[in-house]
Amino acid sequence: MKIKTIMLGTAAIAMSATATLAEDMTIVSWGGAYSASQLQAYDVPYSANTGVNIIHDESSSEAVAKLRAMNEAGNVTWDVVDVVAADAMRLCDEGLAEVIDHDTQLADAPDGTKATVDFGDLIVSECFIPQIVYSTTFGYRNDLVGATAPTSVCSVFDTAAYPGKRALQKSPLNNMEWALMCDGVAKSDVFDVLATDEGQSRAFAKLDTIKGDVIWWNAGADTPQLLADGEVIMGSAYNGRLFSLIVEQKQDVSMLWDAQVYDLDGWIIPTGLSDERKARALDYVKFATDTQRLADQSKYISYGPARASSAPLVDKHATLGIDMAPHMPTDPNNNKNTLLTNYSFWADYKDDIDAKFQAWLIK
Amino acid sequence: MSLPIYASPVQKIWYYTFRVICALVFFFLVFPIMVIIPLSFNAQDFFTFTPEMLALKAEGFSLKHYQDFFTNDAWQHALRNSLKIAPMATVLSVSFGTLAAVGLSQSHVPFRRAIMAIMISPMIVPLIISASGMYFFYSRIGLQGTYLGVVLAHAVLGVPFVIITVTATLVGFDKSLTRAAANMGAGPIRTFFKIQMPLILPGVISGGLFAFITSFDEVVVVLFVGSAGQKTLPWQMFIGLREQISPTILAVATILIAMSILLLTTLELLRRRSERIRGLSPG
Amino acid sequence: MSDKNLVLASDGTSLKRSLARSLKRQKIRALLLIAPLLLFVLLTFIAPIADMLFRSVENSIVADTLPQTVKELASWDSDSGQLPSEAVYAALARDLKIAVKAKNHTKLGSRLNYQKTGTSSLFRQTGRKIKKLDFENTPSFKDAFEKMNKKWSDPAVWQTIQQFSNKYTDGYFLAAADLTRTSSGIEEVPEDQRIYYTLLLRTLSMSVTITFMCILLGYPVAFLLATLPLRSSNVLMILVLLPFWTSLLVRTSAWKVLLQNQGVINDFLVWIGIVADGNRLELINNVTGTVIAMTHILLPFMILPLFSVMKTIPPTYMRAAKSMGANDFTAFRRVYFPQSIPGIGAGSILVFILSIGYYITPEIVGGTKGVFISNRIAYHISSSLNWGLGAALGAILLVVVLALYWLYDKFVGIDNVKLG
Repeated sequence: MKIKTIMLGTAAIAMSATATLAEDMTIVSWGGAYSASQLQAYDVPYSANTGVNIIHDESSSEAVAKLRAMNEAGNVTWDVVDVVAADAMRLCDEGLAEVIDHDTQLADAPDGTKATVDFGDLIVSECFIPQIVYSTTFGYRNDLVGATAPTSVCSVFDTAAYPGKRALQKSPLNNMEWALMCDGVAKSDVFDVLATDEGQSRAFAKLDTIKGDVIWWNAGADTPQLLADGEVIMGSAYNGRLFSLIVEQKQDVSMLWDAQVYDLDGWIIPTGLSDERKARALDYVKFATDTQRLADQSKYISYGPARASSAPLVDKHATLGIDMAPHMPTDPNNNKNTLLTNYSFWADYKDDIDAKFQAWLIK
Repeated sequence: MSLPIYASPVQKIWYYTFRVICALVFFFLVFPIMVIIPLSFNAQDFFTFTPEMLALKAEGFSLKHYQDFFTNDAWQHALRNSLKIAPMATVLSVSFGTLAAVGLSQSHVPFRRAIMAIMISPMIVPLIISASGMYFFYSRIGLQGTYLGVVLAHAVLGVPFVIITVTATLVGFDKSLTRAAANMGAGPIRTFFKIQMPLILPGVISGGLFAFITSFDEVVVVLFVGSAGQKTLPWQMFIGLREQISPTILAVATILIAMSILLLTTLELLRRRSERIRGLSPG
Repeated sequence: MSDKNLVLASDGTSLKRSLARSLKRQKIRALLLIAPLLLFVLLTFIAPIADMLFRSVENSIVADTLPQTVKELASWDSDSGQLPSEAVYAALARDLKIAVKAKNHTKLGSRLNYQKTGTSSLFRQTGRKIKKLDFENTPSFKDAFEKMNKKWSDPAVWQTIQQFSNKYTDGYFLAAADLTRTSSGIEEVPEDQRIYYTLLLRTLSMSVTITFMCILLGYPVAFLLATLPLRSSNVLMILVLLPFWTSLLVRTSAWKVLLQNQGVINDFLVWIGIVADGNRLELINNVTGTVIAMTHILLPFMILPLFSVMKTIPPTYMRAAKSMGANDFTAFRRVYFPQSIPGIGAGSILVFILSIGYYITPEIVGGTKGVFISNRIAYHISSSLNWGLGAALGAILLVVVLALYWLYDKFVGIDNVKLG
């Protein structure tokens, strides 16, 4: 009898969990300062307008794995997912993300410009709804790098001039490109070289020279934390995270914009949602990617809005009142030397190079 | 083990060295936990002792991380989830576990060893294997990302503790008591609640506490089996360690330490009570 | 015949029968009490693990995605050095057309990419092009595929497809042992991709170190606790149990705070002048960090079994040895220590079992060198998406753990686990 009551109790809770699903919407993103900016710019006004209760999940880094498992099981619990462009392409390829008709399902610009024109070539996949342009770049501790501040990405590989730990992402992306560039490969040839076994060995050989001085990071907030604690003297990070470290938390850190790598981030809607949930997800995305909302997000974090029409609306920081434009990766002072993530290259080579990278790491 | 009066100098030196070694090990055990407590009152947003703190100045300390914990939605949501999931899991593992332990303690149980091995296995199998197994399997049957899924997963992880503690109290159990009760006409259910239950209650409660803390402290399985809706306190702490620069986790940690001291005291009192009831110790 | 000799129970049946019946009833009652939990554990725990382990050999994706190709390819002789027949290419075209529509071809590509690098991009590119292929007016599918991608005229690609067209594979287990199957048999993978052997060795050696550290630190403390009077040992016991009861994440974050370069320990060492400021010790993000933090976390699991064994060693034995002329050390070594070995054994196996499967602590303090095979399993499950390989690694780890579990049960008995 006791067991029966318990079972009934559990069943009741399980049912109430599914019942509340109707007003809940799970939005998956990256956490930290980035999620905070989305909360302020999109979620708070959206919840206020619609009464939808938004649940936040910080699982974007495992989005592909989790969506695959959910899809396999036919039980998709996520409604809208924030992913980098490369993941969006992969999810789209595998049929795990809904194909979007950008012109009809997203908002026009205030002057009536269609979404496809407004986003331009940032729509890199038919499932991808662009949101921001960000860059992976370096920050360094002013007080720990000595008298001459670094000006080139190759300072990262120069342990003689800049002794101390540096933080790099635990992934071959960007690191391999930087290694080759600092090993004398011209920027335009980087991916041709990286496509060969010799080129990959060459990049690893260059990374070998600093391997003992690297702390590898996984999460976007790692480098800012490591810089704040003085655990590293410089490190790669997403530019918006560095912005919040420098400007909001007033740490003695500067940006090294040299050889920053541009990338895109945006939304996808998983396949396999009920019509009702899909409609709501689309409604959210339409709201969250309109011209004003994208411009609003840049009040909280220094990522460039993906719409051309949002650029003129980029204004001042919401609480600090400083101009945001000079902190954007696209600012003329910052983008003197940039790289663009090569999606097709990494789509083809990621698995192979990553396997080698992981083996290299544990050696 | 006290030092006799006639101890030689070598013996004396050894005696004190040994005590010092033990003191150092105790220090090693407790210091890392204690160091968290002052840090949680840090006025700064970092994990390190600031100069103001070391100088014991008032402005170096603050309660703001506690305030953050009690006002921040994410933390409160996580706390509520933990308080929802852990008791449910505990009730499940205690009720199944106690029944099974009583069953296992009977004299003629076929395959006793094998059954015992299966029931203890959730404690032995590496969590990452249990977690990924449950992740795929629960996804398939629609339990992934539901409260029920997390509760079931946590309940099964708590089972070995209940089995172990209840079996331990049953080992010293005097079987003539149940026979006497049966002799006087009590049915098996009545015998269980009137005779066995009060005696094994301390074991049941401490098993329950173990099961509760297992769920309350568990992060690997919930990361896989749960979704954001079931985010528990340890999950939020794990994100905190990986994601945000937030000493709020230190404040949470301090609260959890206080909680474990409370639990520990309860357990110790229970143990003494159990020993007194059974006349095993002078009390 | 022998009715006279039969002892009868009160209801007139033979006592033997009556006892047998009552025994059966007892057994049934015991099993009924056990059944709910047994079912519960089997369904919520054993079944998921079995299900996951099945993934380490399961390989239906090739046969499911390319059914016709697999059938046609069966008669192809992979050692001939020749390319498969036109019929195979035609079948592949038909299969791929369907697969592209269902968006299955990239999944297949990434699956085969685990075996042969470059297959992933081959399928993705071919998938894009096959949509435009006019089936009616293709004179030779062989040529058409060759035009789409040169790799289709490489017999090695076809060998891979043929090799993995079975529903089951040993490929993941081979990969988990740093092996691969080539046309000339099973070989080691190239040196720059060998990782699991190192990782398994590292997992074992770190677990051994941690176990050894636990014995080293735990033995004196257990000895002290076992020999002190009950009242003081109970108080000291709380110091052992407190970490045991404190959240794992709390303890791990504590170690992060302590071990960092700018952390408490380094600050202290610099302050008292043992270590120069510019030359702080590297205690975190490496093996040292993992060993220190995990020794702390697992130490109570060593002390508790040691303590319960030492409690049973009568102090009179030591006194007897000493009265017969043994000095302290000899008495300890020859009399006390041998009797405490079962405790060391029980504690060691327990600590070793727990440490070998650890995941969270190494993930946070271990960096790249101080991680266990569990971290690799997690990586394959949630990042690289090579679930089969993750399952194979899990199976290997599980076998090691279960072997130890069996040892533990044999020598200690699982019912003898003590929890505080």
